[in-house]
Amino acid sequence: MADAGAPFRIEGDTGEWEVVVGLEVHAQITATASKLFSGAATAFGAEPNTQVSLVDAAMPGMLPVPNKECIRQAVRTGMALDAKINRWSRFDRKNYFYADLPQGYQISQLYHPLVGEGEVEVLVDDKDDSSAKTIGIERIHVEQDAGKLMHDQHPTMSYVDLNRSGVALMEIVSRPDMRSPAEAGAYLRKLRAVLRYVGSCDGNMEEGSMRADVNVSVRKPGDEFGTRTETKNVNSVRFVMQVIEHEARRQVELIEAGGTIVQETRLFDPDKGVTRSLRSKEDAHDYRYFPDPDLLPLELDDAFLEECRGSLPELPDAKRKRYEAQGITPYNAGVLTAEVETARWFDALLDAGAEAKQAANWVVAELFGALNRRGESIENNPVTPAAAAELLRLVADGTISGTIAKQVFEIMLESGEGAAAIVEERGLKQTSDTGAIDAEIDRILAANADKVEQYKAGKQALFGFFVGQTMKAMQGKANPQVVNERLRAKLG
Amino acid sequence: MSELTTKTIADLRDGFRGGDFSAREIAEQFNAAVAAARVLNAYTVETPDDALAAANAADKARGNGDLGPLAGIPLGIKDLFATEGVDTTAGSNILKGFRPPYESTVSGNLRRAGAGMLGKLNLDEFAMGSSNETSAHGPVISPWRRSGSNVGLTPGGSSGGSAAAVAADLAPGVTGTDTGGSIRQPAAFVGISGIKPTYGRCSRWGVVSFASSLDQAGPMAKTVRDCAILLEAMAGFDPKDSTSLDLPVPQWEAGLSSDLNGKRVGIPREYRIDGVPEEINALWDRGIEWLRDGGAEPVEISLPHTRYALPTYYIIAPAEASSNLARYDGVRYGLREEGVKTLDDMYGATRAAGFGAEVKRRIMIGTYVLSAGFYDAYFNKAQRVRALIKQDFRQAFEQCDVILTPTAPSAAFGIGETTDPLAMYLNDVFAVPASLAGLPAMSVPGGLDGQGLPLGLHIIGNELDEQGVLNAGLAIEERAGFTARPEKWW
Amino acid sequence: MSVSKDQVRHIAKLARIAMSDEEIERLVPELNGIIGWVEQLGEVNTDGVEPLTAVIDQKLRLREDAVTDGNCRDEVLANAPEAQHGFFAVPKVIE
Ligand SMILES: [Mg+2]
Ligand SMILES: [Zn+2]
Repeated sequence: MADAGAPFRIEGDTGEWEVVVGLEVHAQITATASKLFSGAATAFGAEPNTQVSLVDAAMPGMLPVPNKECIRQAVRTGMALDAKINRWSRFDRKNYFYADLPQGYQISQLYHPLVGEGEVEVLVDDKDDSSAKTIGIERIHVEQDAGKLMHDQHPTMSYVDLNRSGVALMEIVSRPDMRSPAEAGAYLRKLRAVLRYVGSCDGNMEEGSMRADVNVSVRKPGDEFGTRTETKNVNSVRFVMQVIEHEARRQVELIEAGGTIVQETRLFDPDKGVTRSLRSKEDAHDYRYFPDPDLLPLELDDAFLEECRGSLPELPDAKRKRYEAQGITPYNAGVLTAEVETARWFDALLDAGAEAKQAANWVVAELFGALNRRGESIENNPVTPAAAAELLRLVADGTISGTIAKQVFEIMLESGEGAAAIVEERGLKQTSDTGAIDAEIDRILAANADKVEQYKAGKQALFGFFVGQTMKAMQGKANPQVVNERLRAKLG
Repeated sequence: MSELTTKTIADLRDGFRGGDFSAREIAEQFNAAVAAARVLNAYTVETPDDALAAANAADKARGNGDLGPLAGIPLGIKDLFATEGVDTTAGSNILKGFRPPYESTVSGNLRRAGAGMLGKLNLDEFAMGSSNETSAHGPVISPWRRSGSNVGLTPGGSSGGSAAAVAADLAPGVTGTDTGGSIRQPAAFVGISGIKPTYGRCSRWGVVSFASSLDQAGPMAKTVRDCAILLEAMAGFDPKDSTSLDLPVPQWEAGLSSDLNGKRVGIPREYRIDGVPEEINALWDRGIEWLRDGGAEPVEISLPHTRYALPTYYIIAPAEASSNLARYDGVRYGLREEGVKTLDDMYGATRAAGFGAEVKRRIMIGTYVLSAGFYDAYFNKAQRVRALIKQDFRQAFEQCDVILTPTAPSAAFGIGETTDPLAMYLNDVFAVPASLAGLPAMSVPGGLDGQGLPLGLHIIGNELDEQGVLNAGLAIEERAGFTARPEKWW
Repeated sequence: MSVSKDQVRHIAKLARIAMSDEEIERLVPELNGIIGWVEQLGEVNTDGVEPLTAVIDQKLRLREDAVTDGNCRDEVLANAPEAQHGFFAVPKVIE
C-alpha cells in the first residue's frame, strides 16, 4: 500500500504537477416508483417507450407535477452529507436540443438548488486512519434524466427510447477538493455508501444509477487552478480513476509541449482507456437557463424537514465510531460499515446477542471467506444473523473450539441446520475431561520421546507440535486451554 | 321554429329545459350556420357529429332530469385546446395532422357539463398575434364591416376564430385563451363579451403553451351571464397543473348583480395615452358614468408602471415561448422535413418550414433575451419590472374594487393593414398589464365608433374577484344597451 | 445594444431554425427595432426589487409517489413521423 502521506504527483519534463479533481455525480433517485414530474414507472429494463407518459414525451400542453418522494429523498441525502437544506428553491429550464430530450429543455435547478453546501469525510486508504480527508460538497440539485439513443440498430437512423426521460436525478457537485485518482475513488465509494445507507439511490453503476462527470485540471503545486476539462458520464469507480490519470497526463504533456488546455467536454473510451474531445468550441452551449414558469417555487416546512431528519438511519461514520467503541478494530469497523447490507447484517448479529469483537473477527474472516467461495451476497446467504449468533455463543462458552466452529459453519451453510443441533448430533462438543486428555498426551509424549528430549534441551517451538498432535488425537474436540495447561505440566 | 343561433346560452339552456326546442334542433341549426359561413374561416375543423351526439345525449337525459349545466349547448373550441382524436394544430403547420390522444382539462370539463363541440376555432399561430393573420390556416375574416365598405377586417387575435364565431352566430359560446389580451381584444373588436379569469383558475393542462406564466383560458359569449355560465364549467382545480388554484369554483352566475352600491371603480390616470382616438376616450367616460349610475363611486388611481407593461411582456412572453416551442422538433409528432442527413439539419429545416414569420420572430427575441450575457439585462430586468407592475395593482386595489379602462386603443382594422410588428403589439397596451399581474379582466361591448365598428370596455378585478368583474360588466351591459349586430354578408 | 447579423445567425442556430442570408438580413432591423424598444425598461429603477417568481402567491404542490401513468406506447408513438420497433427514429446521431 502506497504511503497515504505522500502527495500524488505527475512527473513532467518541467517538474512535478498536481492534479485537481471535482466530481459532478448524477445519482438516480431509485427509491421512488414514479418519475420526477410524471406518474410513469422507473423500473430498469422495461420494453422501449413503455414507461413513458404523455408528459415524458412532451406532448403539447403537458405539464410537470413534482413527486414529493423525490424531493424527500434528495433532502434526506443532503442531510446525510451534512449539507444546508434550502427551504426555498425552484426549478429552472436548461434549454438545448437533442433527440433524447423531448421538451427541448431539461428541468433542473441552477439558481436556487434544493441543497447547498455540505461535506464528506473519506479514508483514502481504508487501513490507515491518518489518510482521512474532507471533501466539500458545493450543492445538490434535483433534475430530470434524458431518454436514451441507440445508434447501432439501423444504418441511417438512431432510435429514441424515452423510458428514462423524466427519471429523477440528484446531481451532487463536489468542490475541486480531490488531488489524486485514489481520493476521487475514495470519495465516490463513500458517496455511494452514504446514498445506499440513506436509501435514496441503489448506487448501481452498471445500470446507470450513478455516473460521474469528472472535472480535471493540472497545476504546479501552489499555483492557481488550471483550465479544466469535463469528462461526461463515467460509470464506474475504476473508470473515474482512469480518466483522472489519463487526463492529468494528457494535460501535462500538452502544456509542456507548449499547448493550452481548452475548457471542453470530453468522452471516456473504456476500451482504449483514453478521453477524447466531444464538442468543439464553436458549438459552445448556451443553455439559456430561466425559472420554469410551469412550476412554482418549492417551499419546505418544518414538519417535512423534521420527518426527513428523523427517518435517517445511522450513517457509516457514526456506525464505525460505535463499532470501534465496542472494541472492534478500526479496520474491521471500516470493512463492516462499507456496505449498508453488511452493516445491517452485522447489526442484526449484535442484536441477536453476539459479542462485538468476536463477531467482527468471525464475519470478516469466516463469513466473508465463505461468501466469496460460494459466490453469495450477505443478504441472501443461508445463515441468518440469529443462527450465526448461536454458533458464536457455542465458541464463547467453550462448547466447541474455533476449529470445530469452522466445521459446524460449513455444515450450517450446506444444510441450513442450527449450530447447537449440529454439535449435538455429531458429537462435536469440546471436552475438558483431563483424564481423556492426559491419556492422549501420555501416548503422544511416549511416541515422540526424541522430540521431548529436544524440547527439554531448549527447542521451545516444539510445544506447538505437541498441542497439534493432542488436538488431532482428540479430533479437535479438546479444550485447547486445558491441553496447553496439561502439556505444560507434563513437560515440566 | 325561431332562429336559435341568435339566442344566448342562458336562453338556449332555459328553452331546451322548458321543452321549447330540442338539443338536436340547436345543434343542427348551429351546424348549418357553421357550414354556411366558411368564407369567414373561423373554424379550422368542423365536428358536426360531435355536436349532434352531445345533443342526442342531452335530449335523452332531459327525460330523466339528469342534465349537466351545459346540456344541449354546442360550443366552439379554440384550436389551442387539445381535443382527443380531433386535429389540434395551434394554427401552425408544425402541428399539421396532430391528433392528440388526450383531451384538455378545460374542454373535458365543458364536455362533462354536457356541452358538445361544433369544431375547432382558428387562431393566430401558437396564439401569437392580435389579428388572427398569423394562422397557418389563413386569416379569419370578421363578420363586421365598416359602414359602406366591404374591406375585410380582422376579428382581432389571437382568439380571432372564437370571436368571429360568436359574433356571426356560429356558436353560442366559445373557449378562448388570453396571454396578453387574446380574449379581450378580439371580444372588443366584434362586439361580444369575454373574460380572462385569475391566473390558475382554468387548468392549462392540454392547452398548447405559449407563455406559461401568462396563459389563461376563458370564455367568450354574447353576454356577461353567458360568460359566467361558461367560466363556471371551465374553471376548477386540476392536480395535473402545478399552477392551478386549489380553490372551489364560485357560483358566478348565481352571484350576478349589477347593483354596484358601495363599490369604487378605479380610473387609472396612466391609461389616457397619446394617439388613442377620441371616440375611445369618450366611450371610457361613458363607461364611468354607467358604473356611477349603477351605484359605484369612481376614483382616480395611479398605475405608474403601465407604460412599461408592453416591453416587459415582449421580453417575458417570447422568452417563455422560445422554450415552450422547443418541443416542436419533428421527432415525436407533427411536421418533419425529410431529405436531411443530420439531426440538427432536421431540426433546422423542420422548424423553418413549420413555424410562420411571427412565431420565428418571437422565438428569436426570446432566445436572444435569455442568451448568455443578456439574461440579467433583459429577462431578469423584465421580471423585476413585472413585480413592480404587480405591486401597482396591489396598491390600487386598496383604493378601489374594480378598474375600468378601454379594452383596445382602436377598433378593428383591415386585414393586411398593420404590417409593422411593433404597431401590432401596441394593440394590447391596455390588456397586457392585467395579464402580467395575473388578474381577472373582461371586455364588454360599449358601443360603436364612427365607422360602425364595436368598441369594448375593459374591467380589471383583484385576484380571485371574477364576481366583481362580472358584476361591473353586467352593470355596463345593462346600460350600454349594445344590440348592434354585423349585417350578414357571408 | 444592437444586434448584428452574426448574432442573429447565432440566435437562429441556438433556436434551430434554418434561415437564409436574406431572412437573417431582414430580421436584423426587425429585431433591433423590438429590442431597442424593450430596452426602455432600463429607465425603471428596480434596485432592491426581487424578480417576480409567482404571479399569484402560491407554493408548489407535490404529488404522492405512485405509478399512475405510462404504459401507453401506442399513444406515445401514434403521432410520430417515424416510429420503428417501438422507438422514435431520427436521422443518425454521431456522438
Ligand atoms: Mg456536468
Ligand atoms: Zn446534471
